[in-house]
Amino acid sequence: MQSVSRSDVEDFLFTEADLLDQWRLPEWLTLFTDDAKYEVPCTDLPPDASPDSSLFYIADDRVRLGERVKRLMKRTAHAEFPHSKTSRIVGNVRINGRTDDEMEVSCVFQTLRTKDGTTDLYFGKSNYRLTNSGDGLRIREKRCLLGSEGLRPHGRISIVL
Amino acid sequence: MNADNAHPALLVDPAQRIFKVARRNFVDHEIYEAEKEKIFDRTWLYLGHSSELPKPGDYITRAVAGRSILFTRDAKGRLRALMNTCPHRGAQVCRERKGNAKSFQCFYHGWVFSADGKLRGQPGEESYPEDFKSRETSNMRAVPRYESYRDFNFVSFDPNIVPLEQYLGNAKEYLDVICDQTDAGMSIVAGSQEYSIRANWKLLTENSIDGYHAMTTHASYFDILMNTTDNLSTGTMGGFGYDLGNGHAVLEYGAPWGRPVAQWIPGWGEAGKSEIDRQYDKLLERFGKERADRIALMNRNLFIFPNLVINDIMALTVRTYFPMAPDYMVINAWALAPNDETAWARKYRLNNFLEFLGPGGFATPDDAEALEHCQRGFRNSKEALWNDISKGMGKDKPSYNDELQMRAFWTQWNRQMFPTPIPSIKGVAA
Repeated sequence: MQSVSRSDVEDFLFTEADLLDQWRLPEWLTLFTDDAKYEVPCTDLPPDASPDSSLFYIADDRVRLGERVKRLMKRTAHAEFPHSKTSRIVGNVRINGRTDDEMEVSCVFQTLRTKDGTTDLYFGKSNYRLTNSGDGLRIREKRCLLGSEGLRPHGRISIVL
Repeated sequence: MNADNAHPALLVDPAQRIFKVARRNFVDHEIYEAEKEKIFDRTWLYLGHSSELPKPGDYITRAVAGRSILFTRDAKGRLRALMNTCPHRGAQVCRERKGNAKSFQCFYHGWVFSADGKLRGQPGEESYPEDFKSRETSNMRAVPRYESYRDFNFVSFDPNIVPLEQYLGNAKEYLDVICDQTDAGMSIVAGSQEYSIRANWKLLTENSIDGYHAMTTHASYFDILMNTTDNLSTGTMGGFGYDLGNGHAVLEYGAPWGRPVAQWIPGWGEAGKSEIDRQYDKLLERFGKERADRIALMNRNLFIFPNLVINDIMALTVRTYFPMAPDYMVINAWALAPNDETAWARKYRLNNFLEFLGPGGFATPDDAEALEHCQRGFRNSKEALWNDISKGMGKDKPSYNDELQMRAFWTQWNRQMFPTPIPSIKGVAA
């Protein structure tokens, strides 16, 4: 991972954001490793809390992340049918550590979601663990730390952050 | 207020099996204002669980029915519910969500209070009379009524309300069934889900005790459940709804999902099986087969009037909610768990919780969507006047997916809002 630059990481994160904005979720899912995790802790928890002992909003392993994607592509995922429109901005990208196999990356995110005449803002910080698959970067862990106090007024995380 | 023979809030005729609810009840500002006084100022309201304040000095601030409450465990270990406002000039005394403190200082003029609300000192004491600190009016005011049942703590702003246990009535037995999952006590798990829905609060009451919507609203969740439970072979959906009186209601039913105490599913593997068996055997020993089976295998959606839901389903959740406007509510939800469960069980409990429940789960967002679209539909309430909740009327024993529970809620709501009898259906166009 020594040769990966910050702009390589930025390109990767911008691609991820674009796939999500375009609702190309099955393609987005291929950015994750087989042992990947996607987590959103409750906002009153410390950033390093464990979903094994604390209540989160989302704590997906790779299997459940796959189910999440399958669900969101169905008409019966009512909260996202018809699909909302989203616009994601990813910034302040930093590489915080690296080993031969893995790198720790953080960024801030601001995601706007519009549906049925209402627009909501999700914002916060994302911590990633990235690895190299030989075929480009892959996500081993994505943890989104919401910056808001709770989930008000949006009330739900029906999209992927 | 405009509920009279021409504009009733409910339309009920048991003979014709008609039970209708005016959609105006969900949108009208006068009704919203009247609910504050006639519902939320006259009922017992859930404040929090004793386990949230394990040590002397622990405190939480929480909003209950628009008030700011400071919930503390004082130096002697006694729980206290105080109005979080300075007796001097009204500022909120505690501005933090939770913590541990020996005393609380109002930052405005520096008055200091102990965890039982008593005034300990204030700058410029020499300018006050000598007995000032010993006057009751110098202390933070206690909530008018505060009582608890099996670690569930409630407050009421009505000094004359009946005692909590009498208010809970038949709901007490269901709380017992839930608390009896363990003999080691229960605790709220760290992490609170704090969310909102852009809909009237009564829609969430209905939704929380609605066994009818599951198969359609949550079709995509049941698709996923098929994959983790061997095609839903574990338990079949079935059971009954009960009117518990005083507006409380419950569904009690079997379901195909895994229960941490104690219904095993294939997705939990052999390690899970031995843990679930251990839990079940303990219940068997404590209660015998009939009650053990009820505790372990039956699910309960328990509703305590007007705004507390305890769901004993694929996990245990405590949920309370308050209206902020006719079309907006805020919701707090927690996971409750036995103190003596293993790390394995805790992990699978929380895993189960997140699959279905909460604003990032595979079900709750679709409930929120349904409620918000009801609220949107109610924009037509001047032309399309009525909701129908008659399903299962007239049955000896209404099913868990009938609407008896909602009728129980609305009957109590109507009794408190409009104490005059429900007008006759004759002469009113349904």
